[in-house]
Amino acid sequence: MSAMDGFAEALLDPAQAVPKGLVDPEGRTAGKRFDVYRNNVVASLSRALAEGFPTIQSLVGTEFFNAMAGVYVRAHPPTDPRMMYFGAEMPVFLAAFGPVQHLTYLPDIARLELGLRESYHAGDAQGLTAEVLASLPQDSLEELRFPMVPSARLISSGHPIFSIWTRARDPQAPAPVPGGQDILIARPSFDPEPHLLGPGMMAFFTALSQAALLSEAIAIAAQTASEFDPGQALTLALSTEILEVPEVS
Amino acid sequence: MSATIKSLTVASAVAAALSGHATTATAQAQEKCFGVSLAGENDCAAGPGTTCAGSSTVDYQGNAWTLVPAGTCATMELPDGRMGETLASLEADGYAGLNRDLPEGTDASNLKSLDM
Amino acid sequence: MLDTTPMTTLPLAPGVGFKSSHFTAISEDPGDVAWLEIHAENYMGDGGRPLAQLNALAERFPVSVHGVGLSIGGTKALDTDHLERLRRLCDRINPASFSEHLAWSTHDVGFLNDLLPLPYTEKTLTHVADHIDQVQDTLGRKMLLENPSTYLAFAENEMSEIDFLKAVVRRTGCGLLLDVNNVFVSATNQNTDAYDYINAFPLHAVGEIHLGGHDVQEDEHGAPLLIDSHGAAVADPVWALYAHTLKTGGLRPTLIEWDTDVPDWPILRNEARLAAEVLETAK
Repeated sequence: MSAMDGFAEALLDPAQAVPKGLVDPEGRTAGKRFDVYRNNVVASLSRALAEGFPTIQSLVGTEFFNAMAGVYVRAHPPTDPRMMYFGAEMPVFLAAFGPVQHLTYLPDIARLELGLRESYHAGDAQGLTAEVLASLPQDSLEELRFPMVPSARLISSGHPIFSIWTRARDPQAPAPVPGGQDILIARPSFDPEPHLLGPGMMAFFTALSQAALLSEAIAIAAQTASEFDPGQALTLALSTEILEVPEVS
Repeated sequence: MSATIKSLTVASAVAAALSGHATTATAQAQEKCFGVSLAGENDCAAGPGTTCAGSSTVDYQGNAWTLVPAGTCATMELPDGRMGETLASLEADGYAGLNRDLPEGTDASNLKSLDM
Repeated sequence: MLDTTPMTTLPLAPGVGFKSSHFTAISEDPGDVAWLEIHAENYMGDGGRPLAQLNALAERFPVSVHGVGLSIGGTKALDTDHLERLRRLCDRINPASFSEHLAWSTHDVGFLNDLLPLPYTEKTLTHVADHIDQVQDTLGRKMLLENPSTYLAFAENEMSEIDFLKAVVRRTGCGLLLDVNNVFVSATNQNTDAYDYINAFPLHAVGEIHLGGHDVQEDEHGAPLLIDSHGAAVADPVWALYAHTLKTGGLRPTLIEWDTDVPDWPILRNEARLAAEVLETAK
């Protein structure tokens, strides 16, 4: 029996006694000395969450967030040593966490913040620019596929999450109004940025990401929303470089 | 949709997009990072210099919770105590809480942009 | 057969732990900083700014890859996915050095994101040596193993930390990363003499030295309890212990670590200048 055996469980559960055989220089059972490790684990993981979910933290307040992070860390400790991917269960956690049940939009804000982080670390790819699009054979464009680059993310919400996200970081931003909002996360170089999508654009980009032809994606989006403007959608796609350069046969 | 109309739709969409791309370069030059670059870095330092986080027995037990959210969302909790209300009623109130300014103590330190 | 593979090709000069906020400033005015160390796990994404910065830095500076998540000191088998990511990272930039910790962080409950202590026994020695063999075989390079900061001791210890490290070096052929701040922190916390530790340390196996700042606290009995926070300038007694180490064992590539409350570049650069002065004096 080694004192290592109960070490990890006792780290995460302060109600547990310090494992036998962990001592100070006088041979006394470690108390505060063991708490140093407890602190390191919980504080470092909580800090990783605070850095990963700054908008959630701003919305619920620092004190509440830190305490909630303590609950999250015990419920969903990381399974991967890379802190850049820690916190993936935050949307599920928030949806079930009693004290924030009334903040029904929080899980989708967490999805947005996760999406930004994923986009930041996603693989590099040259996105389609207007120059490249103009150089393609124009008469065959409708029969081409334009899948999305790895750093692009689509998030659909029944809440005005773009407005809430913007307002949480800028009090001068327009106040959120009820209604769902769809978001595109794009990373033209290194910095991911969310963009509010217009009518039908979610359907358009989803179809493209699922390997639809350009003409099919336009048709699907137009069916979803009669106000869909394919010109605006393509303008956004080119300015944010979210589409891969298509393979021309 | 007929083949001709389909071609016209695509062509006009592409034409519209190509005519409106002049601002692309400026948009790219701006650095907007939202603090993502710091999110989730590993390091080999010990935690902040206290031993309190992680050693309290009340800081994580769901049933011992007394805290309520107190950031910008706090004003979402309407004065008559309608906690846990439905999405519909929240929407009816127009996400009113977010009309207010950030309260004191809101930690905005993670929000600043960072240079590459 | 004599193994002549070098432990490290880092220069006998100061380096610093790289922070992305310093990227531009480092390029403009590196001062005495001759090399950089990165935490491996922060460069295990698929792309974006971290890898772009690393590529740019690696063209200009020797880079040391310092892992913080491999859990070499654990009883569990190493995470082979993680080890493979380390291999890809090392293959990508061909670092001047690769190092990891005599500590564990992964357990059945998950990855605990801290460098946790282990008892020094024949059993843990076997685990550690096997893990290091596996790392060196997979990476195709020698690694350096870093001595930990400790806050408590295991009553079950069968040998000293130094005897443990000597045995690891003998069994695996790895080198050591001597963290002088960790020596000072652990000696204070264990009520032992830091100079005795340095004098007994197998300095010939040391490929790199770490220096960093610590926090000063007390335990519940009023005994000093130092915390390896990497959140402050290197303390004066640690500078003195560092000078003694160089005088005893010769010059070594020396890293300044500053991970929390990261200062502006000129402050970190100044710490590197202080290290350069000690290195110069010890020549």
